[in-house]
Amino acid sequence: MEFFRPATLNDALTLKSAHPTALCINGGTDVMVELNFDRKRPETLLDLSAISELSEWSDQGDSILLGAGVSYTRIYHELAKELPGLAMASRTVGSLQIRNKGGVGGNLGSASPAGDAHPALLASGATVNVASVNGTRAIDINDFYVGPKKNAMNPDEIITSVLIPKARGGQQYSKIGTRNAMVIAVCSFGIAIDSTNKSVGTGIGSAGPTPLRAHEAESYAASHLDWTHGSAVTPEMMKEFGALVAAASKPIDDVRGTAAYRRHTLAVISGRCLKWAWTSTQEMRSK
Amino acid sequence: MRLTCTVNGKVETVDDVWPGESLLYVLRERMGLPGAKNACEQGECGSCSVHLDGILVCACLVAAGQVEGAEIKTVEGLAGAKDLHPVQQAYLDAGAVQCGFCTPGLIVATVDLLEKNADPSDSEIREALAGNLCRCTGYSKILDAVRLAAVRLEGAGVE
Ligand SMILES: Cc1cc2nc3c(=O)[nH]c(=O)nc-3n(C[C@H](O)[C@H](O)[C@H](O)COP(=O)(O)OP(=O)(O)OC[C@H]3O[C@@H](n4cnc5c(N)ncnc54)[C@H](O)[C@@H]3O)c2cc1C
Ligand code: FES
Ligand code: FES
Repeated sequence: MEFFRPATLNDALTLKSAHPTALCINGGTDVMVELNFDRKRPETLLDLSAISELSEWSDQGDSILLGAGVSYTRIYHELAKELPGLAMASRTVGSLQIRNKGGVGGNLGSASPAGDAHPALLASGATVNVASVNGTRAIDINDFYVGPKKNAMNPDEIITSVLIPKARGGQQYSKIGTRNAMVIAVCSFGIAIDSTNKSVGTGIGSAGPTPLRAHEAESYAASHLDWTHGSAVTPEMMKEFGALVAAASKPIDDVRGTAAYRRHTLAVISGRCLKWAWTSTQEMRSK
Repeated sequence: MRLTCTVNGKVETVDDVWPGESLLYVLRERMGLPGAKNACEQGECGSCSVHLDGILVCACLVAAGQVEGAEIKTVEGLAGAKDLHPVQQAYLDAGAVQCGFCTPGLIVATVDLLEKNADPSDSEIREALAGNLCRCTGYSKILDAVRLAAVRLEGAGVE
């Protein structure tokens, strides 16, 4: 096995173009499990963890440009105010040891429908920046997930960063699992309310071949929330919103839960997320 | 490949390393440091916890090639010449060690916690140690050990 540990992004892109089958490794929390259990034997490993520009984030005014290698721990310590939804999701990942190493670039690379970053990225309308020797591409998060564990990247490309709009209203993330720590989501839901544009974004995890959005639920919420006076979300709205989210999911029966259980829990957690996120939207306003 | 890194303050070089093998394998099989334990090799149990450049990680999830030039601290580096580290002593005194397999990982994770938070609440302790499994103790003595270590470290004014 060849092992490359470039110190700059340019070197990494040159290596990736010369070795398109090279497997990228950053935090290693997905890749090493595959190697330890002999599920993968790549000829080449391309270690991205020494590239400092991938492990930085910067403030772009309306958005945060999050390097692909910034760990979950850093996300919730450093960006909880700007990206509350992603920060909440990051707190639910694995254990401290996993959160110290894993990050959004690896989550997007694996593109598992259960990945905890995806609902938050979908809900806030993120853009994935990828690069190759031929240049860069900005992929709308809505076009990024193309199938089960498949993303829209070409073999010579590397994820460099994700551009995520700063919260313009309340955000929430909720995840169903058998315990608090070290749980792969049975299903999950993220919401981002945008009080500037009077719109609502959603993301559904672990209830379909890819992470999904609930478009009808989004329009329902946008047209029923009381943007003028901020009056509370009613139980009827929670119920209707939840039903629309459940209808947008495409779950299957598997070891972690049945499709029916997933639909039911999604309806419940999404209704609650709407209520909580609306409450924090009002709190943000009154500040 | 040849691998050079600093382990517990000492520069170590080992040859014929397969770059895709884990840091855990390097420590145990190539450097003769069996303190970090191998139980699951998939990040679930925390028994292989070590500090890598100051960050708590599962050594089984780090590729050997990734630690070139890095600084690693294992459980072997905690005790002084004569005395155990206060966290180690607290685990013994609190009766938090039964078969002992989980202990090195838990001690490293406890040291990590107390370095950042000298007086953790019970829920903070639980959260910090959630990645470390113990099949014997039922965890309550482990929580006792962490509280005891916190009190002793505060009293001693160290770290
Ligand atoms: C015990 C345990 C618990 C876990 N719990 C959770 C959980 O609760 N929620 C969750 O979402 N995930 C969980 N995971 C999975 C994993 O931690 C996450 O998917 C994490 O985000 C992966 O990030 P990483 O940097 O470690 O990725 P790596 O393992 O380094 O890489 C993952 C994939 O992405 C590719 N990749 C990495 N970086 C790039 C890049 N810059 N450009 C292109 N491709 C890239 C790699 O080639 C690989 O295919 C868990 C894993 C373990 C071992
Ligand atoms: S052996 Fe590394 S976490 Fe279990
Ligand atoms: S003491 Fe035996 S596993 Fe913890």
